Amino acid sequence: MKSISLLGAALLDWFEAVGRAGIFLAQSIFRVPVRFNEAVRLLVQQLYSVGVLSLVIVVVSGAFIGMVLALQGYSILAKFGSEEAVGQLLALSLLRELAPVVTALLFAGRAGSSLTAEIGLMKATEQLSSFEMMGVDPLRRVIAPRFIAGVICLPLLSLIFSATGIMGGYVVSVNWLGVHDGAFWSQMQQSVYFDTDIINGFIKALCFSVAVTWIAVYQGYECVPTSEGIGKATTRTVVLGSLAILALDFVLTAAMFGDF
Amino acid sequence: MAVTEAYIKVQNVRFSRGGRMIYDDVSLTIPKGKITAVMGPSGTGKTTLLRLIAAQLTPDSGTILVDGQNVHALSRSALYKVRKKMGMLFQSGALFSDMSVAENIAFPMEEHTKLTRDEIATIVSSKLHSVGLRGAASLMPSELSGGMARRVALARAIALDPELVMYDEPFTGQDPISKGVLVKLIRQLNDDANITSVLVSHDVEESLSIADHVCILSGGTVIAEGSAAEIQASSDPQVVQFLKGEPDGPVPFHYPEDKHSEEAVI
Repeated sequence: MKSISLLGAALLDWFEAVGRAGIFLAQSIFRVPVRFNEAVRLLVQQLYSVGVLSLVIVVVSGAFIGMVLALQGYSILAKFGSEEAVGQLLALSLLRELAPVVTALLFAGRAGSSLTAEIGLMKATEQLSSFEMMGVDPLRRVIAPRFIAGVICLPLLSLIFSATGIMGGYVVSVNWLGVHDGAFWSQMQQSVYFDTDIINGFIKALCFSVAVTWIAVYQGYECVPTSEGIGKATTRTVVLGSLAILALDFVLTAAMFGDF
Repeated sequence: MAVTEAYIKVQNVRFSRGGRMIYDDVSLTIPKGKITAVMGPSGTGKTTLLRLIAAQLTPDSGTILVDGQNVHALSRSALYKVRKKMGMLFQSGALFSDMSVAENIAFPMEEHTKLTRDEIATIVSSKLHSVGLRGAASLMPSELSGGMARRVALARAIALDPELVMYDEPFTGQDPISKGVLVKLIRQLNDDANITSVLVSHDVEESLSIADHVCILSGGTVIAEGSAAEIQASSDPQVVQFLKGEPDGPVPFHYPEDKHSEEAVI
């Protein structure tokens, strides 16, 4: 009996936390800053901090993953004499799956953890309380621009990841392994569809961006305002964010590409 | 002390956190235009009192009236309007780390007034001058010493010319010169602008030197209230122990243990 009641209590706690996080998200989205210029300034600042500063890791990872994919794909395709199909393999793997998922995982590690730590530290140093005492809602001043910037940046970063991955794969397969240049691009052009491949990949990245940024800002806002509390919240952001990405990926892939 | 109008009335407030009773039926008044020092041993909930007055925390029961308004019954927007009349000096300073000193002080004016940039710059300069830091306008918070950060935070707290300024442990961690400067500034600001000041501190000497009215909290209740002279003349053993810093007395040194942990030790 005791274990059942403990399980029930844990479930209730979980539902309460999800409900609280939902209210928090709704309040953050609908309370945009009153002054338009200030809203734009804060958003641009966060687009830089969350998006532009994540570019290096995304571009480098994208290029290497594209190169590795080309090497692996070529070695298998060459056995069947269809090494020209490496362009198709690269584009579909990246656009449908690898770019949204890997970019989101990298985003959770770089930008998500940074958002949690920054907001947590603002809480620990009473900056959030200070906003409240000045009659300024911290949700609209601190949380809303960070959340919106995260949601905008991740899908764009995912597209950049795909582009650099394809370029990395091109260098390896065409310049190094000798795949025909025209065959590489024409195979890709024939098999990649804008609506099923590019748009679906973009939608995946958009869903991941909402999940990861929501988790990151919520963990920062609700953390225990101590060094240990901020550390734990940052870890939770990366762990929960990564799990959410992988679980969502399965659901979205089944919905988009599953042949039931 | 002459009878003065009350700016804040704390009436029969009970407040508990984490199963521990912080306030058990506390009532006190903060007179308008005066400096009120709220003192007491560490852990008695002095900072909690400021957060209750600012409605950042909600009491379990009882009411807190600020300038006649029950702050816990207000809507969010009405509460934010009331908070524009309040300034708070946080224990950590709580300066916005991504803004310079001048931007920190300008921030509340940019948010709540329609002043031009030039007008705001003039006011920022005058507020910084009043705390003796006009030359530090372009510095970032990370470049300030603890005492300087506290003074900048004070300049920001008074940026909107509030009616009420709350000081949370303003002297903690300050060197004797900084303490002296802060004591002088708090007194001067209060007198010049007729502000109501609430000073939460356990620094007996500094607090009693500037306070018009003193409340001493201990064990979840108000154990003494009156002018600085009346408090100093008190023969209440708890007050005497606190003012003289005696280790032995009615205020326990040990944190209370619950029954289960007592049994575990035995």
